[in-house]
Amino acid sequence: MPMPVKAPARRKPLEAPMRSNGLWVIAVSFLLALVLSILALPQFVPPEVGYLRPHWVALVLIYWVIALPYRVGIAVAWVLGVILDVLLGSLLGQHAISLIIVAYLASSLYQRLRMFAIWQQSLVVFAIIGLNQLVNFWIESIAGTTQWSMWYLLPSVVSALIWPWVFLALRSVRRLFRVT
Amino acid sequence: MLVFSSMALGLLAVDHLSDALDGVRSTLTVLVTPIVYVADYPSRSVEGAQEIFASRSDMREQLVRQEQEVLLLRAKTEKMAALTAENNRLRSLLGSAAKLQDNVLVAELIGVDPDPERLQVIIDKGTEAGVFVGQPLLDAEGLMGQVIETSLFTSRVLLISDDLHSVPVQVIRSNLRLIAQGAGASGLLELVHVPDTADIRVGDALVSSGLGNRFPVGYPVGTVNRVEHDPGKPFALVTAVPSASLAKSRHVLLVFTEEQMGRANAGQGAGQAEAAGGAHAQ
Repeated sequence: MPMPVKAPARRKPLEAPMRSNGLWVIAVSFLLALVLSILALPQFVPPEVGYLRPHWVALVLIYWVIALPYRVGIAVAWVLGVILDVLLGSLLGQHAISLIIVAYLASSLYQRLRMFAIWQQSLVVFAIIGLNQLVNFWIESIAGTTQWSMWYLLPSVVSALIWPWVFLALRSVRRLFRVT
Repeated sequence: MLVFSSMALGLLAVDHLSDALDGVRSTLTVLVTPIVYVADYPSRSVEGAQEIFASRSDMREQLVRQEQEVLLLRAKTEKMAALTAENNRLRSLLGSAAKLQDNVLVAELIGVDPDPERLQVIIDKGTEAGVFVGQPLLDAEGLMGQVIETSLFTSRVLLISDDLHSVPVQVIRSNLRLIAQGAGASGLLELVHVPDTADIRVGDALVSSGLGNRFPVGYPVGTVNRVEHDPGKPFALVTAVPSASLAKSRHVLLVFTEEQMGRANAGQGAGQAEAAGGAHAQ
């Protein structure tokens, strides 16, 4: 009977084309970043700890732009920004524009960034996310919803400090699922 | 790059200058609601775990305490009904309109704004339950804030301690009318333009005065905790602690006052008014 041959033969074509696979990993990592950026702090933590929250979405965005510049770019940054605006209740387009700047800088530097040591990447991440925070502050102050405080730049410091772990985690995830 | 940044800038300009994008925003809010729920899951499950691991005797004790409280409150409500009737009778003798009972709807907090400077929360009731922009929000102890944005299933609430928020108040003891402005991240209220000679002391209770027609009359807002007279300044520095536990309350009440409902529904269809009437309990 030639029957048993059929089952493995049907399976193969599903696994064979690896080219566009693993994009769901990118989507899941962005969803996770969005959840982390609005995650409520437990009640026993003083609210000031909220200033220490890294800019998760920008970190994950920078990683994917460096790793897969032909998949993740300014369009993705725009969509993420609008989602973030809706989640945070900020003006529509505010985080879109600031994340576009992040994606643009990362994509124009990606070849250099790949060559850097991780601590050097951290410095660049600090600068990029600092710029992102300044743009956010600038838009919010035009809209009249905020006042300047040095706290505004704290997320960029925290993001730079946490970058090595984000980078290593996302790289192992990318290799595990062979995201290309 | 150019296309997307001009799209973002265009959105910004339109959203800042007009409210044309409110519909888009509330639709998108419905789409991202699952993310809000997922982000709320950890704190919810911590609460659930505390309930699971609470000892039996603790639970019993709590139950007994709550039963006693219900009894007490019921007695008070009975008295209140009689008083309301009497009050309305007296009001009709005076020729002024009878005061209507306010309806409330219980909602639950599902999100807190991650920015400590912006005191906003998200609740799990939206336009489907009849929530409207400008609706007052209470917890068990006092006024919490007002709805600033609605979508189908969730709404965003600005708390009274946010520095963009002001609420007209009245000192119970001296009937002095003032404005209480939020003081931002400190979680306090600041009473603005208080004359140095005003009759106000530490410990005075503040209630909403109902001026401005946004908040109903007589709900507790806060207690004065500091009065300072600085001869160099034109007004006294007065701050108050909000009565509502703004950072802790998880279960909150949305108030439906008759006149506000009428105003909110004036622009909308009658069907929505009916839906709202059916959805909220006394």
